[in-house]
Amino acid sequence: MLFPLLPSSANPPRVVITGAGIVTALGIGWKINAGGFRSGKVAFRTVSQFDVSRQRVKTAAEVDLPAVLPPTRLGPRSLARIDRAGAMLVLAALEAWQQAGWESAENLPLVLGTTAGGMQLGEDYFRQAMQQPQQHHQQATRAIHYQPQVQARMVLDALGFSGPTTIISNACASGGNAIGHAWDLIRSSQAERVVAGGYDALGQMVFSGFDSLQTLSPTFCRPFDARRDGLTLGEGAAVVTLETLDSARRRDAFILGELIGYGTSIDRHHLTQPHPQGSTTLRVMRETCATTHIMPQDIDYINAHGTGTVLNDRSEAFAISEWAGHRAATLPVSSTKASIGHLLGAAGAVEAVVCLMTLREQWLPPQIRFETPDLACKFSIVHHPQEARVNIVLSNSFGFGGSNATLILRRWA
Amino acid sequence: MSRIFVVGWGAVSPAGWNVTALRQALDKGEPLPVQTIKRPGWEDPLQVRLVPAPSVRPVILAHPRLRRTSPITHYAAAAAFEAVAGLQTHSDAILGRLGLIVCLQTGCVQYSCRFFDETLKNPATASPLVFPETVYAAPASHVSALLENVILTYSLVGDGSAFLQGVSVGVQWLQDNRVDACLVIGAEETNWIIADALRHFDRHAIATAGAGALCLCRETKHSSGVELAAITDSHAYSARQARKQAAAAMRHQLGNSSPEELLCDGLGNGLRTDEAERAAWWDWRGPRLSPKRILGEGLMALAAWQCVAACDAVATGRVPGASVSLVGSNQQAIGARFVRACFGRPRFSAGQSVGNSPS
Repeated sequence: MLFPLLPSSANPPRVVITGAGIVTALGIGWKINAGGFRSGKVAFRTVSQFDVSRQRVKTAAEVDLPAVLPPTRLGPRSLARIDRAGAMLVLAALEAWQQAGWESAENLPLVLGTTAGGMQLGEDYFRQAMQQPQQHHQQATRAIHYQPQVQARMVLDALGFSGPTTIISNACASGGNAIGHAWDLIRSSQAERVVAGGYDALGQMVFSGFDSLQTLSPTFCRPFDARRDGLTLGEGAAVVTLETLDSARRRDAFILGELIGYGTSIDRHHLTQPHPQGSTTLRVMRETCATTHIMPQDIDYINAHGTGTVLNDRSEAFAISEWAGHRAATLPVSSTKASIGHLLGAAGAVEAVVCLMTLREQWLPPQIRFETPDLACKFSIVHHPQEARVNIVLSNSFGFGGSNATLILRRWA
Repeated sequence: MSRIFVVGWGAVSPAGWNVTALRQALDKGEPLPVQTIKRPGWEDPLQVRLVPAPSVRPVILAHPRLRRTSPITHYAAAAAFEAVAGLQTHSDAILGRLGLIVCLQTGCVQYSCRFFDETLKNPATASPLVFPETVYAAPASHVSALLENVILTYSLVGDGSAFLQGVSVGVQWLQDNRVDACLVIGAEETNWIIADALRHFDRHAIATAGAGALCLCRETKHSSGVELAAITDSHAYSARQARKQAAAAMRHQLGNSSPEELLCDGLGNGLRTDEAERAAWWDWRGPRLSPKRILGEGLMALAAWQCVAACDAVATGRVPGASVSLVGSNQQAIGARFVRACFGRPRFSAGQSVGNSPS
């Protein structure tokens, strides 16, 4: 029963990550992405998915999907209906599932973050309804499959498990919130294992929306740089398998890292603008660290939200600088959006997997095109490839509407 | 185990801008009049039930934050303020930490269609004022700003059953003492594309819009006399469990209540779309309320109205308890039961069956 709940344990279980899957414009899978992030590779190109000829900005980080998805339990009918966002989600989930070595199960929760779900199908529905109003072919399928819960069901069916699905749509914090919510479910003893992640595909409406706001960079994405002029959109997905440490030990699982903290808050300042001094960001970082008993000096790297917009980066820079205090001067920070763009609902999940990579492989992801730090940055931006001792990392995600999420991960050695 | 009480509830529906209007429409039991809207490219209009203009415009709608917002935010805000009105009498509670969960299925469709239409015509002139209001998280952001003491917010997307998922997340936040009260809102707006899409699945469906809200807390003193007794598991649809099986599992878990208790179900007039839920409750002998037949297909708002109607029936003393059946269109089946609050020992405990399970 979802209610009454069993009382939460006085000693919540430790939560570890035993599988991770990632799809970005750098490629499909951990290995190729790790190589790209480690070297600071940049994956932007002219958008090919839809017409951008009349847009102010024409570039984004597009994923090259395989012509055929690897074998799953999805039948030909489901495969014929899967859209671009769903395909990326299934690919990431499959990698995480296989890495975790999980098998089909009942009552295994799935928590996903997305901002748009299958919006491309919604766009197709609208186009056909407007341009061919008497033509109904495929409209019913589009009306069903644009909904995120139907894409979540694809994951259940592809991997052969069943369980409750929760879709969090806290704008660009969604992926971080999804992983954090999964952590909450395990810590409160509502589940021993959870599949969680985020996904979003590029779509014409969202691209045009950010372009209309003039938040897209006409040059290139360079978070925290004094000359930054906007974000670049990307697409992708990341999925992780989380379980109690006891569960992982019982089955002798390979542990990628431990999720030790999650915090979320709401910035009520404005629908699309963060508080200029980053007050809510500061609060969520402080609260998350306090509940985790982590001090700024314990953090070895911050994967910042760092979109590359003037307002976001200044607000976040104030917050990180204030939070870190004396530690700021030596605190390595970077935004991997400089490599793969802003993945919206997938961003927090993808960046959590990047954090796992840094913990596993002991390097920091650079922003190789970074030149001049914004004056608000009291910390150092990682701008060349480097190996590093990385034990604890913090990842920030913020969204339209003011939702914030902070995750703290620890190396498993 | 914490007990969870319902502080208050609010509703905006085609019946009007408060719970009283909803109650009167449901009591009357007659389908509300339909209106028509034009679908581009068609001669014949589509039938819908629109939310009427309020007879007295709620004061909160004059808030500057709502200046450019779409109707879904207006509905959510009005329902939210009605639901938290009960907290106003408790100064400690109104100043406390409030959680907010906004549940949506189709979300901000009016501005989405408008903005995409502008994009297709000429992206250079697509309005930057409209785009932010297309985001699922927009209503939650605005309502958070209006209420001022919101510290935690989720926007959940799913079929109608996700409303009770939202309630269960709120319960968890309360139990973990992250918030002092939690507001759960289900909201939708409608337009021609929603009415058009519904016709693919149920020729008789009439799209409607609005919002419903429940405000939950742990404190007996804030209770309006209604207590949450149970929320079943989420019985997800998958290749391993069809919708009909999921609905039956939900019903089995909810059990049989006493014959005086009310069932608020999600039945409309669709043969195929109602089949799973009708089968799950075929042997229900108690009173039954089917808001969809009166109000229309309100998706997440309908799910919220079912819960609001259940709480209202319990609070007004018409029934000692009420079960809510949410058999979603494409995600899961979840049920819940609300009862008259008993201000003594808790009547339910974790793992205990709520009713008498069918033999």
